[in-house]
Amino acid sequence: MTPKTLFDKIWDEHVVSHIEGGPDVLYIDRHFIHEVTSPQAFNGLKERGIPVLRPGNTVATADHNIPTLNQDLPIREKLSRIQVARLAENCKYYGIDYFGLNHPKNGIVHVVGPELGYTLPGMTIVCGDSHTATHGAFGTIAFGIGTSEVEMVLATQCILQPKPKKMKITVNGNLPGGVTSKDIILYVISQLSTGGATGYFVEYCGSAIEQLSMEARMTVCNMSIEMGARGGLIAPDEITFEYLRQIPSIPGIPDPEKSIARWKTLKSDPDAVFDLELMIDASKITPMITFGTNPGMGMAVDGTIPFPDSKESAASFNKSLDYMGFKSGMKIIGQPIDYIFLGSCTNGRIEDLRAFTQMVQGRKKAHNVTALIVPGSKKVEQQAINEGLVKILNAAGFELRQPGCSSCLAMNEDKIPAGKYAVSTSNRNFEGRQGPGARTLLASPLTAAAAAITGKISDPREFII
Amino acid sequence: MPKAKFELLETTCVPLPLENVDTDQIIPARFLSATTKEGFGENLFRDWRYDKSGKKNPDFNLNNPKYSGKVLVAGKNFGCGSSREHAVWAITDYGFRAVVSSFFADIFKNNALNNGLLPIVVPDKFLGDLLELIQKKPETRIKIDLDKQLLTITSTGESIKFEINLFKKECLLKGLDDIDYLLGIKDLIAAFEIKKNALR
Repeated sequence: MTPKTLFDKIWDEHVVSHIEGGPDVLYIDRHFIHEVTSPQAFNGLKERGIPVLRPGNTVATADHNIPTLNQDLPIREKLSRIQVARLAENCKYYGIDYFGLNHPKNGIVHVVGPELGYTLPGMTIVCGDSHTATHGAFGTIAFGIGTSEVEMVLATQCILQPKPKKMKITVNGNLPGGVTSKDIILYVISQLSTGGATGYFVEYCGSAIEQLSMEARMTVCNMSIEMGARGGLIAPDEITFEYLRQIPSIPGIPDPEKSIARWKTLKSDPDAVFDLELMIDASKITPMITFGTNPGMGMAVDGTIPFPDSKESAASFNKSLDYMGFKSGMKIIGQPIDYIFLGSCTNGRIEDLRAFTQMVQGRKKAHNVTALIVPGSKKVEQQAINEGLVKILNAAGFELRQPGCSSCLAMNEDKIPAGKYAVSTSNRNFEGRQGPGARTLLASPLTAAAAAITGKISDPREFII
Repeated sequence: MPKAKFELLETTCVPLPLENVDTDQIIPARFLSATTKEGFGENLFRDWRYDKSGKKNPDFNLNNPKYSGKVLVAGKNFGCGSSREHAVWAITDYGFRAVVSSFFADIFKNNALNNGLLPIVVPDKFLGDLLELIQKKPETRIKIDLDKQLLTITSTGESIKFEINLFKKECLLKGLDDIDYLLGIKDLIAAFEIKKNALR
């Protein structure tokens, strides 16, 4: 038998049929939906007069468009309020489980799915959100789709997809102190560029990846889309299984140990062929920060902004630096900042809050910094309270908000004002992403913590004893 | 449900000589709160088209009276970032029928094809020359023949073949819809589910 990659194994197992000269009909095990990319899909079902084929396979949460303060009050912004209400109505009408505001299971779709056991090894998972790649951390094929495709999945539990090519990214060695999984992925994207993995599905492997916790693996897979990859996955191992064992009740899995025995077989064959392979030495990675307006424009936090690498790219590159108020050849360490944002589906998990809290413990937030600390879910919020993190944060001058996507895409009130600099643990530094004119510097929770206490871009390694 | 067919297209073009144009630029997140597909065109490239006070930015090509037409020609990696289909709805609502670039982000490409917007991939060199030509001679017309998969620059006669998968090509030419196709193979999907559940 031809050796297969893990990606091939899962994909092939889910192909209902292949269309000659066209895409595969791919069966979807799990479908997550949220308020922003689903209403038009439900409208489509209504126009066609057809039901949701498998309501039990879809799970809904409200996250993108919700406030992160006073969630017990009605949403102030009218269109947002209507959109969230529409999701609740649609879920009720079609019999889909919905975790709305104040529900104990509410949170960012890519935080909630894994922590509640909806994300399981070997699955195909889609959601109308490009950061669906997050779920790949469990050894799944998970990717973002458009609203037409959301409608396809609701109607038929299938989508039409061309099979992507395969890329293997091996990260070997030990990460230095103060360097996190966020830095791994920002480094990888800076090497490949923002479009460098377009057309590929990535498998991350190597000793540095194997040592990561599930939360840290999710951060890596989450940003696969930021280099253009369709998604990224990591083969499940004991760390994955231990994480799953801690979930009190996994939907649809009465006997997790029986399933774990099956999931243990989910790995690439030793001789499997990838279309592209990349090797990275973890010991060479430093804390990273972005200086431009796409996630590929990243460098070491103490590095120097490079010059554009070609004449064709110069216009876009320089437009980007103009927007940021930076120039090629300059260092940005020491640059005063105005905001920090800890949260999002990239870094809004309990480990991220722990790491941030540990660094600010016994220190004080700088006066010039406004901090937005947003848990990824109600569960994370509760954990942060139970573990005493909130007390430590408050003592250091920080407050914990309520869960949601928040300032990652600034659909709600959590906007960074024009011209202001924000060190953000989210995933995109596009122009205006955190509010019109906002200047985003993507970094790890540790680098955000260092910036929060110094009021300027700082090297987190200086704060690690 | 039948969709509009992609007919032969001959038009002038609007150049957007920038790389990595992300979907947050095409339609910023603050305009995504709608629950229908209509009306996104007025906010297409909102923050590049208008300044903070809402005045048109004269330097942006969509506002330049020199440029018009049904095809947008943009730098490589067009449509990267978010999966929002609203980006495609904004482009089609504005009046574009095709986008030419040297490569597209995967999700954007699928979204475009699902809405009758043709993403045409051309080599870097051809794209660079075309962008330069349009900026020098905004009256430049191109012809798109989807059936023959040909893009032709009318004034020079230069022609280039573009790739598109056959299934999607048929869908666009005949105005067919993916969901109709999937609903048509319902029995096949049901049989697949039975087989899959048995393996559990």
